Amino acid sequence: MKLDSKIPSGPVQQKWDKHRFETKLVNPANKRKYEILVVGTGLAGSSAAAALAELGYHVKVFCIQDSPRRAHSIAAQGGINAAKNYPNDGDSIYRLFYDTVKGGDFRAREANVYRLAQVANNIIDQCVAQGVPFAREYGGTLANRSFGGAQVSRTFYARGQTGQQLLLGAYSSLMRQVGKGSVKMFPRREMLELVVVDGAARGIVCRNLVTGDVESYSGHAVLLCTGGYGQVFYLSTNAIASNCSAAWRAHKHGALFANPCYTQIHPTCIPVSGDYQSKLTLMSESLRNDGRVWVPKKKGDSRSPDTIPEEERDYFLERKYPSFGNLVPRDVASRNAKQMIDEGRGVGDTGLSVYLDFGDAIKRLGESVVREKYGNLFDMYHHITDENPYKVPMRIYPAVHYTMGGLWVDYNLMTTIPGLFCLGEANFSDHGANRLGASALMQGLADGYFIIPYTLGGYLASSKLPKIDLGHAQFKAMETAVAKRAQELLSIKGKRTPGDFHRALGHIMWDKVGMARNKKGLEEALREIPKLREEFWKDVNVTGAGRELNQTLERAGRVADFLELGELMARDALHREESCGGHLREEHQTPDGEAKRDDANFAYVAAWEHKGDDAAHALHKEPLAFEEVHLTQRSYA
Amino acid sequence: MTEKAKRNYTLKVWRQKDAHDAGRMAEYRAEGISPDASFLEMLDIVNEQLVRKGEDPIAFDSDCREGICGMCSCVIDGRAHGPGAATATCQLHMRAFEDGATIVVEPFRARAFPPVKDLVVDRSAFDRIIASGGFVSVNVGSAPDGNTHLVPHPVAEKAMDAAACIGCGACVAACPNASAMLFVAAKISQLSLLPQGQPERAARALNMLKRMEDEDFGNCSNHGECEAVCPKEIKLSNIARTNREFIRASVCSDE
Repeated sequence: MKLDSKIPSGPVQQKWDKHRFETKLVNPANKRKYEILVVGTGLAGSSAAAALAELGYHVKVFCIQDSPRRAHSIAAQGGINAAKNYPNDGDSIYRLFYDTVKGGDFRAREANVYRLAQVANNIIDQCVAQGVPFAREYGGTLANRSFGGAQVSRTFYARGQTGQQLLLGAYSSLMRQVGKGSVKMFPRREMLELVVVDGAARGIVCRNLVTGDVESYSGHAVLLCTGGYGQVFYLSTNAIASNCSAAWRAHKHGALFANPCYTQIHPTCIPVSGDYQSKLTLMSESLRNDGRVWVPKKKGDSRSPDTIPEEERDYFLERKYPSFGNLVPRDVASRNAKQMIDEGRGVGDTGLSVYLDFGDAIKRLGESVVREKYGNLFDMYHHITDENPYKVPMRIYPAVHYTMGGLWVDYNLMTTIPGLFCLGEANFSDHGANRLGASALMQGLADGYFIIPYTLGGYLASSKLPKIDLGHAQFKAMETAVAKRAQELLSIKGKRTPGDFHRALGHIMWDKVGMARNKKGLEEALREIPKLREEFWKDVNVTGAGRELNQTLERAGRVADFLELGELMARDALHREESCGGHLREEHQTPDGEAKRDDANFAYVAAWEHKGDDAAHALHKEPLAFEEVHLTQRSYA
Repeated sequence: MTEKAKRNYTLKVWRQKDAHDAGRMAEYRAEGISPDASFLEMLDIVNEQLVRKGEDPIAFDSDCREGICGMCSCVIDGRAHGPGAATATCQLHMRAFEDGATIVVEPFRARAFPPVKDLVVDRSAFDRIIASGGFVSVNVGSAPDGNTHLVPHPVAEKAMDAAACIGCGACVAACPNASAMLFVAAKISQLSLLPQGQPERAARALNMLKRMEDEDFGNCSNHGECEAVCPKEIKLSNIARTNREFIRASVCSDE
């Protein structure tokens, strides 16, 4: 298989314009003849569905929750980047592009990232026009703040609920189309199979989560907007239902999976308190704008934080990275916290946390300003931990938050299966090995509002897609496969719950495929995961029946797929004999403990091909060329 | 690690196989629960035990588990989202319940929220209300620069207060009339405060309120129960504003 990224020729600034001009258009009268299936209603899915329906396409939209508004984009707190340069502090499209490529540790495509930076400003305008209540200055202009590793203030925000407000904006546009009849909404549906006819994606098979019925839907193209796979770690900041199943089914049908080992560990999460815990709660890293991260200088110092004098505190990020201080990128902040904890200087009952202290900010700005900026985050922390962060420093610990890897897509966001597109976190495209803060929302909406409306048209206009109906043999085959798999899970009647297996997988992933990886651990993971998977298929207990609302069955199906994906992640991490961004191989570090890339051998996208359930994955490499941003060792010192 | 003392509870939970089943209360024990566990994590523990015994676990909705997606519901001890102010069920922790307590767990009940299974109900009426007018009609690509319309800071803050609604439906479950007025008012307020919402201001108010009635929600008679249980503290003043919008739209506009 030859990977063709379809990156347009010419200078990076002109590629997207040139491509839009060269991409075929669908005649307005013909658009209504096309049926598009959109799976997932986060920022990418909702925005794509709304934008396509506005153009005249017929769109069917599927989500696992009871309403499209619940998708996990809603939980993003901090903000969304754009290069508006409203603060006049030196920002530009080129700088946003440059920062994102560098922040991704030179493992993203320049052309994609440049396009992302180009359309970012349009996103802000679109969202404002929808009535998204962005924060405003007293003169009424849009407010900006600096965020996660940026030296310019380019982040737009809506209190600590930016993801919620952007999603509700996209959702409102989507519901407007539902009201007009151009979108048909199918909530509480889980996509469990992709239907490929004559080599092209032509439909999906879903389970109706209320009735348990297996349902088929056909279309001229399928858009997977199904989010990331962080739940493979069991504990993550993702939602309970977030899963990899739709993407993994597509992978098994021939869509390559790219860079699965690139996962992001977010530095500012509320620490784990016990084994009953079902998820970790992220607090926006915007907190690092005003909060100062520290641990006691002395090991095992169990004094309460207010009694530890200033000179006995180690503000380790400010000490090690004087120009970026507490605003270093996520991977750097997370790794340093882990290092402090490994040195025995962690704080709290478990010793598994570091302080994030707002004492100085409250003194400098006053409690009311701090409350206005971060009030809901402070409340959330207080609710969960029973500690008041206005009085006692917060405690934070890193947690899995975002997955940069995902289905491989070309410049048109199309996977290696013609007609199957992948948008948002579910694809691999724009963040390289590390995503900068406030750029996930940007990518989801860029893909949905401003990229897919063009590139999908190009595909449809240049493809022959004969009409197919739901009676087609391939639909029948996939329906049977879905029903059979459910029946298999229900008939095992073992002793352990799907949750038991999920937790066990999570432990392996966190310990051996987590924040820092090494050859020995990864090889162990590669032995342990298949063994666990084997046990799962012998000993899982799924109660109830197939034709009813059955949350145990839903969970079991997702865990089964995680048990396969986890293995591929370990394999990818083992093969990548370098450190880059969120992927730290302990064998490959600079003397001061930073990720050490090997550009000569690993400046490529690793795209894995499924060769059958009993065969090893095949690796395909897409080389990455850096014509604009020169490869340098990332340094934030 | 200093282990906090574990607690034990008796649960009385509404079980209903599907929409056609009459439903009944069933009793369960929740034992060895950490006070730091969330209410839903406590239900997870009970469910894991039920699955181990081969029994059907209690179906309930939840997703983000950080109080923002609005998927979780439940009336706990007679109160939507349980005890505690400004808290969705997923953000409720067991430290709020004394050791040995009996806790009664029921679904959100309203004619407009038909039952699905156990604690799961169908809240799609909310989506249909939004589809009737809870938006600004602006196609992708046609937006002017974000700073074209200035929005005074206090107005933006007020709009954000209203926009914070998570669409959970607690307001409906708490209301003696099962009115969706607080939900509808939050959206009408947000968009009528902002300049972007002005062109469709009157039509939006009329259409959304009509849709609320058509969906079989009751009307508002100012009990204020909705505000008391709202996890996002959406204020009753939004209902007052919506009433003004309704009068303005009915009497003073051409709509």
